[in-house]
Amino acid sequence: MHIMEGYLPVGHAVGWSLASAPFLAWGIKNLTRQLREQPESRLVLGASGGFAFVLSALKIPSVTGSCSHPTGVGLGAILFGPATMSVLGFVVLLFQALLLAHGGLTTLGANTFSMAIVGSFVAYGIYRGGAAMKLPGNLSIFLAATLGDLTTYVVTSLQLALAFPDPVTGFAGSAAKFLGIFAVTQIPLAISEGLLTVLVMNLLRSHAGEQIAQLVPALKGGAR
Amino acid sequence: MKKQNLLLLLGVIVLGLIPLFTVKPAHEGDEIFGGADGQAEGVITEIRPDYKPWFAPFWEPPSGEIESLLFGLQAAIGAGAVAFCLGYYRGRRSAAKPADAALG
Repeated sequence: MHIMEGYLPVGHAVGWSLASAPFLAWGIKNLTRQLREQPESRLVLGASGGFAFVLSALKIPSVTGSCSHPTGVGLGAILFGPATMSVLGFVVLLFQALLLAHGGLTTLGANTFSMAIVGSFVAYGIYRGGAAMKLPGNLSIFLAATLGDLTTYVVTSLQLALAFPDPVTGFAGSAAKFLGIFAVTQIPLAISEGLLTVLVMNLLRSHAGEQIAQLVPALKGGAR
Repeated sequence: MKKQNLLLLLGVIVLGLIPLFTVKPAHEGDEIFGGADGQAEGVITEIRPDYKPWFAPFWEPPSGEIESLLFGLQAAIGAGAVAFCLGYYRGRRSAAKPADAALG
């Protein structure tokens, strides 16, 4: 989902950066409050950021014959809320843009929007929706992480289609092409991310149950 | 819980392995499992052959090896953070309840 450096026209680059900025500002505010009010949650916060670091570094082969990577933002979005997780996702993308020439500074706004912001908000929304519908906890976590991951890649495809509409078939034709690359490749990877998120959440709940229950009371107990 | 975790891990491994066996290159010698990001770049060039990236990274890993080193480093840092957190709480709990620790 990394749009490469320089591959978005200037207007789009600026537009997506402006769109991402308020979410990051909100996230930074939440993050500082979180650390002030519950300083003991910083280890779990570190683990959530770490999870996004690992998952977005792993390029995994897919059935389409190309490789892509999960995003890892679902876990932190469920535990700390979507705005806070946006900040951690942004840090991951900045690291990759500066040190790996993966993504870029001019496309950082668009990539932040798709992965850190939309990914987090979709994951959080689905988790809360699943909880409200009384779905089994782990099923909600799985759906949240999987669909958050998949939506990120759909957004990337739409961002590219918006910037590069097909001369004949327009936005829709172009979107179909980008979705064919990103969204289809991502399906098995998104499922993997869902499974891994449930796995790590299980581990966190059985070893750091009290901490997790303080963050999300619904995740109290159960994971034995 | 332990059994569920093993099944989850197994699922991830199987999902990653299937493509390695099912996907064959269209023509012999073709490279498969390239990055999706790079393919998107190809489509952009197809749609707008005249498009030139207007900004270049300040620094790029000088070789594929250095790039994989940095990706490996990124994964290691992340895994370290997750493991530190889990180890801290596990250790703290077994220190609080020595009997549990003895039982493993």
